[in-house]
Amino acid sequence: MSVLEHKLNAEQKSASDMIQYVTVVIGGQLFGLPISQVHDVFVPESVTRVPMSAPEVQGVLNLRGRIVTAINMRRRLHLPPLKEGQMMAVGIEYKQESYGLVIDTVGEVLTLSSASAEPNPSNLDRRWAEISGGVHRLDGRLMVILDVDRLLGSMFTEPMAAA
Amino acid sequence: MDDLLREFITETNESLDVVDVELVKFEQEPNNATILDNIFRLVHTIKGTCGFLGLPRLEGIAHAAETLMGKFRDGAPVTQEAVSLILTSIDQIKDILGDLESAEGEEPQGDDSELIGQLEEMSAKADAAMKGGAAAKEAPAPEPVAETAEAEPEASVEEVSADQSLERPLRPGEVSLDELERAFRETEVEVAEPVVQEAEEIVEEVEEPEPAPIAVKAEAKVAAKTPAKKSGGEGGEKKSSGGGVSNQSIRVAVDTLEHLMTMVSELVLTRNQLLEIVRRHEDSEFKVPLQRLSNVTAELQEGVMATRMQPIGNAWQKLPRIVRDLSQELEKPIELEMIGADTELDRQVLEMIKDPLTHMVRNSADHGLERPEDRRAAGKPEKGTITLAAYHEGGHIIIEVRDDGNGIDVERVKAKVVERGLASEAEVDKMTDAQIHKFIFAAGFSTAAKVTSVSGRGVGMDVVRNNIELIGGTVDLRSTQGKGSSFIIKIPLTLAIVSTLIVEAGGDRFAIPQLSVVELVRVQTNSEHRIERIKDTPVLRLRNKLLPLVHLSQLLGIYEGENADEAIDADNGFIVVMQVGSQTFGVVVDGVFHTEEIVVKPMSTMLRNLGMFSGNTILGDGSVIMIIDPNGIAGAMASHASSAVTENQEDEHEDLQSRAVSGQSSISLLLFRAGAPEPKAVPLSLVTRLEEFEVSKIERSNGRDLVQYRGALMPLVYLNEGDSHKSEGTQPMLVFSDAGRSMGLVVDEIVDIVEDRMNIEVGSERPGILGSAVVKERATEIIDLGYYLPQAFEDWFMRKEMDIEALTKKVLFVDDSSFFRNMLTPVLKAAGYDVTTCTGPHQAFDLLENGDKFHAIVSDIEMPEINGFEFCESLRRDPRFRNIPILALSSMVTPASIERGRQAGFDDYVAKFDRPGLIAALKDVFSGEMGAAA
Repeated sequence: MSVLEHKLNAEQKSASDMIQYVTVVIGGQLFGLPISQVHDVFVPESVTRVPMSAPEVQGVLNLRGRIVTAINMRRRLHLPPLKEGQMMAVGIEYKQESYGLVIDTVGEVLTLSSASAEPNPSNLDRRWAEISGGVHRLDGRLMVILDVDRLLGSMFTEPMAAA
Repeated sequence: MDDLLREFITETNESLDVVDVELVKFEQEPNNATILDNIFRLVHTIKGTCGFLGLPRLEGIAHAAETLMGKFRDGAPVTQEAVSLILTSIDQIKDILGDLESAEGEEPQGDDSELIGQLEEMSAKADAAMKGGAAAKEAPAPEPVAETAEAEPEASVEEVSADQSLERPLRPGEVSLDELERAFRETEVEVAEPVVQEAEEIVEEVEEPEPAPIAVKAEAKVAAKTPAKKSGGEGGEKKSSGGGVSNQSIRVAVDTLEHLMTMVSELVLTRNQLLEIVRRHEDSEFKVPLQRLSNVTAELQEGVMATRMQPIGNAWQKLPRIVRDLSQELEKPIELEMIGADTELDRQVLEMIKDPLTHMVRNSADHGLERPEDRRAAGKPEKGTITLAAYHEGGHIIIEVRDDGNGIDVERVKAKVVERGLASEAEVDKMTDAQIHKFIFAAGFSTAAKVTSVSGRGVGMDVVRNNIELIGGTVDLRSTQGKGSSFIIKIPLTLAIVSTLIVEAGGDRFAIPQLSVVELVRVQTNSEHRIERIKDTPVLRLRNKLLPLVHLSQLLGIYEGENADEAIDADNGFIVVMQVGSQTFGVVVDGVFHTEEIVVKPMSTMLRNLGMFSGNTILGDGSVIMIIDPNGIAGAMASHASSAVTENQEDEHEDLQSRAVSGQSSISLLLFRAGAPEPKAVPLSLVTRLEEFEVSKIERSNGRDLVQYRGALMPLVYLNEGDSHKSEGTQPMLVFSDAGRSMGLVVDEIVDIVEDRMNIEVGSERPGILGSAVVKERATEIIDLGYYLPQAFEDWFMRKEMDIEALTKKVLFVDDSSFFRNMLTPVLKAAGYDVTTCTGPHQAFDLLENGDKFHAIVSDIEMPEINGFEFCESLRRDPRFRNIPILALSSMVTPASIERGRQAGFDDYVAKFDRPGLIAALKDVFSGEMGAAA
């Protein structure tokens, strides 16, 4: 009885610590976005370029009547552009505005315990470390947690500093 | 904060605004009982409500003010002092209300006894004056208490009333509740209820035709009726005004309206998309219902827009009071005339123009109107007039602020412009009056001779202009000296929906607000309108005026070709003639589609720092389009024009600066092959043209190859002795021209034009080669043009300006870059100067200290350790070198750097690649020097 109860508690406890991640691939690397932040996944079509904007801003597009600012994650991570194949985008909300992170492909949803996340390795590329909220060791590969707040937050401050 | 209190604050603020206006009117017509009644009623309402809500401070002031006004009503003479005092109390009430609002309903602490004391004293005086007593002026303060107590014997007896639980003695002039109720029973109108609406219900009642048996009652009715009607006529000064109509209106929170507006905007967009789809399917059954939907949507949009519309009079409400105060403060009689107060515009716009308008009226009163004695001298009526006029004009609203003062003193503005260094005296002399007037809008500009409390602090018209431009409006100024000036503000009716012109540039579509588009011009070669150039600056001749042009894709930096100039050379294009403020210019676009009404959506925060765009929107076809900000374009246009000076260096300013600091300016290099497979390079700026000649055109004469080129013989030069031109086909060559002479440098192949740093890493012993540099990741020989030019004409460097004067001139040339030393030294020598080169300011200082004499110094700006500016400044500090001509040589020529150079003490500022410019500048300084000596 008490054992069962204990087990139940442990399960509940672990369940509350579990975070679901939408996995995406950018330049061969697996990234994970907390599912609570992902609003939709779409194919970025007819993106309007925005002249004079930051290089990682791919443009703006119409997603069901909303104007979404598309951010090219490859450019953000200083990776070469995707040669061929359709890019995908993950729609997120940040400070009541819609953004789309343009990535290579979207993978499955993984449920991982927050306890198994590890901090960024100290030798990680600074530009990557800046937007990474830690690393999960999966079977055979690593998943970098994409910290949306830091990713977009850093882009806001840059133009301000330049101005 | 509870709803009741919020309601009270809104209502009271509105009432106070009305009181302000009415009081000013009342001061002018002290015998108008109607106005007084209106004021009295409003203040009374405020007092009553304050008591009800438990706001003792407000109640106290309102009460004291009311008492004083009561005296006027009883026939006391109205003095300016008294009105001022009441206005002060109203201000105090406003302040408290403001605090009340921000403190979420808590009345702020504070002491108003002084103000109340003054009011009471004034009441006493009024009382005394009314009685006509000789000793009125010396009446001690406590007396009025006694007097009022006497007048209302019950007051002191009935201290406590049932509901209000007034646990204190009645104040002077205060009436007990009992009495109030009794009075209310007797006359329905005399004592108004503490809610405006109720008072109006009464008004409504009395409006019914009914014989008035009692004289007093009838009088009261008329008095109450007129103000109510009046305020109704003044167009929504109070929402709950105008008799019966008031009952049909409701208060709606602004948020609700805003939300409604957003939804309607979305609806409009969706409708547009549907229309677009149906357009593609000819016989769609959706056509008819969609047409209906379209009509309904349009009507709905109009309806919702109408709810947001407010008469501009709302923004003017505070002005009569301001003008009155100014009039007293400045001792100038001023009349404020308001025309078209019922012109309606979007409330969002209304809010935005309130402050600029107030500022402009203040300005007109202070700067615009002259002193009464001056006016009399000028034959004008002593009283100055400021006119505010508003009217609609083609989807815009025009607001004019006009005064009949002295107009703008052009001479004074000119003097100020020169003094502030905004333009030189010579420039100012050439300007038209209209151009001079424009300086009024420059930041921190004020012509007021002295700073007054009203204006002249120099924060002014630029702020006004910025505020107006923020909402997509423009402000213009017309002024006639002696007659007055008028500011004309043109603003869109609403900010939510704008009519735009959809254009294409660089493969993308953009929307330009119609507000700033004056006309469209189609340009074609051979047609009446074609693009012409003045030193690479494209212009258009339009009705005898020259219109500066810029290509939109260039402005936005999206041109994809190699040479940005080509874009504007294109034969066919459209020019959108735009006017922003008084600046008119043409924007070249690749195509013009149609006009479309669009709903402006704000850009995401990440993109909001882009000055070129004011927003974005979704078009009928579902795609997103960026909306151009005309003001941003106008600003960029100005900076673009000045950056065109350095035609070869359109790199980003900062970029250049950082590179310049490291001594590695990036320059355009022409890569070619000649004689050998390894690439060779020459600075593109030195090349005049790239030509290809039929081999058969190459003639041989006097032992050398020549071609006939532009009516003259051009000698051909080979890179290596013994090389020869191709035997068939065409022969490419680089043409170098100078002062009518040309030389053709025969090459095998022109490879590329690259933008790169030219850092000669390995020097060369071979004549004709400066050295080797890494260009485009390959070792490249940089050729020494100075070696080849004399091969074409032996006297190439000898013939120019070879007068005795120049020969004797010693020039010190300071540049840290060996490339430029190598390139420019021959040029200077060729012009006949005796050139000494230095690698930096330190070496130059040494030479100068050693006593070497130079007639002029040419110095680079971008140097390590000590830059050119500092070098020049330190030279100027030394009396020995104070008068020596110093020329600045820089790869960066911007108005700002030229100005900086001037300040540092340079005599002239020349672009590095502008060789003729350098020679001319040197000649100038020497001739100037001689002129000065003579």
